[in-house]
Formats: sequence, C-alpha cells, structure tokens
Amino acid sequence: MLTLQCPYCGVWAEETELHAEGEAHLKRFGPGSEDEAFEGYLFMRENPKGVHFERWRHSNGCGKFFHAARSTTTLEVFGTYSAQTLEPPQEIKDKISAKYPGWSWREFA
Amino acid sequence: MRRYSAFAIAREAARYHTGWERAWRSPEPKKKYDVIIVGAGGHGLATAYYLGKNHGITNVAIIEKGWLGGGNTGRNTTIIRSNYLQDPSAALYEKARSLYETMSQDLNYNVMFSPRGVIMLAQTQHEVRGYQRTAHANALQGVKTEFIGPERVKELVPIINIDGPRYPVLGGLWQERGGTGRHDAVAWGYARACSDMGMDIIQKCEVIGVRQEGGKVKGVDTTKGPIDCDKLGLVVAGNSGDLANMAGFRLPMESVALQALVSEPIKPCMDVVVMANTVHGYMSQSDKGEMVIGGGTDGFNNYTQRGSFHHVEETVRALCETFPIVSRLKMLRQWGGIVDVTGDRSPVIGKTPLGNCFINAGWGTGGFKAIPGGGWATAELIAKGEPGPLCAEFGMERFIEGRFIDESVAAGVAH
Repeated sequence: MLTLQCPYCGVWAEETELHAEGEAHLKRFGPGSEDEAFEGYLFMRENPKGVHFERWRHSNGCGKFFHAARSTTTLEVFGTYSAQTLEPPQEIKDKISAKYPGWSWREFA
Repeated sequence: MRRYSAFAIAREAARYHTGWERAWRSPEPKKKYDVIIVGAGGHGLATAYYLGKNHGITNVAIIEKGWLGGGNTGRNTTIIRSNYLQDPSAALYEKARSLYETMSQDLNYNVMFSPRGVIMLAQTQHEVRGYQRTAHANALQGVKTEFIGPERVKELVPIINIDGPRYPVLGGLWQERGGTGRHDAVAWGYARACSDMGMDIIQKCEVIGVRQEGGKVKGVDTTKGPIDCDKLGLVVAGNSGDLANMAGFRLPMESVALQALVSEPIKPCMDVVVMANTVHGYMSQSDKGEMVIGGGTDGFNNYTQRGSFHHVEETVRALCETFPIVSRLKMLRQWGGIVDVTGDRSPVIGKTPLGNCFINAGWGTGGFKAIPGGGWATAELIAKGEPGPLCAEFGMERFIEGRFIDESVAAGVAH
C-alpha cells in the first residue's frame, strides 16, 4: 500500500487515509482566457511514464492539500512537500536527478 | 487459411491432429507499410481487420510491444453491453454489441459471445432515477433495455440478497441482449483474419519514437528498427499518454490501474452479468465456473499494472453483502490493467495534431465491449482521413469546444 508523509501534520498516512487530487502545479485559466489555455488547464494532462508530481489531500487526517513527487512506473515516492509553492523544492529535484539523470516534467528538470 | 469447422475437427481427429495450421504468421517487419497500427490489442486488431474488410487496405502492420491481446484485452471482465445514456455512445456501443452477435461467423473463430443479459443494479434512489432515465433514452436510441423491479432482479439472480441493510436492491437496468465474450478469442480471431489478409502482426516490437517531417508522420522507430508508413494509428489503451509524448502532443487523459479477480470454480449459480455501480463491484460466472469480479480504479497515475489492495477489499466487502454466498469463496487470481481515463469518461477516436496520425484511446474502464465498433470507426477514420458518422462526436476537439459526451454522470464508475 502506498504511504505518504503529510508535510503538515507529519503523519505517515496510508493510501486509504488520503485522496489523490491529480496533477500538480497546474496554472489556472478561467473564463476570459484563450480557449486553448482553458482546455489545457481543465483537461490536458502530462500523464508521464516515470517521474510525476501530483496533489494529494490528507482527507481522513488533517484535511490539508499537499504535493508529492512519485514515479508512475515504480511507485517509488521521492518526497512530499507543501502546497504553498509553484514548483518542487530543489532537494526533491536533486533526489530524482540522482536516480534518474536527465529527467524532465513540464518545465522542471 | 484453412477454415475451422466440425468437419475440420473430424478430419484432424482422424489423423492425430497433424494438420492444424498456425493461426497467424510472425513475420519480420518490412521497410514500409500503407498503414501502421501501434498496439495489437482488441481495438488495434479490429481496426486493422476492418481496414482490410471494409476499405480494402491490406498493406498494414500491427506493432505490439508485448504479445497480442496481452494488455487490457486479456485483463478485463469481458462484459458486453450498450445501455449508455448519450446518443453518440449508445450508437457506438450498440454497433459493437451487434457486431459481437455475428463475430464468430464473420471471423470463423469461436469468440464464445454469450448474450446472457446484463443487470445494472440500482441500490440508491439516485440510481433508480438515473437508470429509469437511461432506459427512456435507450428506447429513443433503439437500444433495447428495461427498468425492472427488485422481484424481477431476484428472479433473474436467485443468489442475490435484495434487502441488504446498506445496499438494498431497489431495481435494475436490464439489457437482455448484453452478455460476455471470450476476450482472448476476440484478439486471436481478429489476428488470424488479419494475418490471412496478408497483414503483418509484429509482436515483441516496441515503438520508441515517432519520426515526423513537416507536421506529418514519416514512420516509427522500433526495437526492430525504423518502419515507414503513410498513415499511423495509435491504439494503445493505457499507454496512449506515453505514445503521445513521443509524438509530441498532449492528451486529455490520465492512466490509472483497474483491477479484477476470479474465484475458485463453483457449480453454475448465476447465468447473467450483475453490475453494482454504487459499491464498485461487478460479477459474472465464467464457463469454467469461476466468479469473475471487477472493481474500481485507483485514484492516482500508475503504469505498473498493479492496483491497490484496498480496492479489492472494498469490492469484495460489498459483494459479500449483495451475494452472501461469495463470502465462502476463495479467490484464485487478482490482476491489474492500466486504463486511460478522459474527463468525460468517453473515448477519443479522431485526428491528432499530426495530419496523418489518428488515435483510438481513452476507453477508461470499458474498452472490451466496444472492440468491434471502435475498430470499425477507427478503420473508417484512417481509410478516409475524416471521421465517419460513428465517431464524428468522439474527436479530441470536443474538449476545447465543450461538447462533452458525459458518461461519468450517467454511469458513475463501471463502464
């Protein structure tokens, strides 16, 4: 079973205590934006084979949203981090680089 | 190709079965084909078959990274139904269901289509209203379904417990002409027919790149070297996102794991398919006597073909209440497949940003039932370069135009 540490309350939570909330670091576009940008925000997804960044919610715990860096091919977790950020922290990126040199995800690498 | 028949069995029995031919060839790839289909699953093979049968295009290669029918085609719970809410879906799935009825004769291969009937249980008031609405919609679409009460459900499924404390059975949506088929045989039957038309099915050959020139596809790079093509079809179920990344465009899809399990074989006890969408469980009995059980998808992106165990637990827990006899059964096998899910839970069959590259993907949790219809529509799309009436509504542009084919509200979980 997948376990993630909630960066807010520090609990190592099992998957049943969490709720997956989809791709992380989406830039929001609302009414009034270009159709393509709106479509991209609402529907288009990276869906990578490998390193992925996503949002989770500690729904049966402290209730807070947070971010996780995970591999979709090995289910390995590189770390979790605060939701109050626009990009993954350098230490998590370094950890991924050590294992998968040359990785990239959207504009991050 | 030598036809399969009762006479052939008698003939071979008389000569110690020495005359059976290989069902399909395993050739090395040629330098160039008119059409390359990536993915030798049900939809890929059906696409190739109808390209040949309906459109006369037979210089076709079907490239498969594993073995044919080894992905979701060999991992599903084999349910065939067409009781969808929206008109475009009902048309597509009903086309598929009707093609299943004559598939064994058409392919000269027994796909064991068993129109035993499918019930979708209504276990909440919300579902009762939802399925009554679907039954009315189906009547207008020419798909025969009917909303039945709990007594009729009990009559059709004697092992069901209709007054469970948490999930009482309040009725059901009954499609008498739905049922099951033999999933492997569907892939094998199409493969044999494609091979017979001169198409090359190239297994254990993974696509590692999509070569392009001036906004068009030139060919694909594979683990068996480069292969050129005039047109490319991507029909790769759970791996659509990965192929799209190679081709340089994004899809409105995410890949997640869906699981199924089978019990030990028992005597015949249920001769229809029962789906319980509120509790994420569906069950039918295979010809071997195993209870075939499907569950819900995981919430997170995953390419490992393994799902989370707690989903199995939830499914089985709910089934134990609805079918009390299940509580004594041992489960034999459990497995996962990767499905790509779109925002409106309907598939994408249409053009891509690359002019001569077409896609059939996003079937989510219900691609098996649609194999012949999806293949029929995709073949027409590839042959003519434009979608035909069957898949006109299913293009990717529906997301930017806001024309969703919303089956997520209609069906909730199971497709």
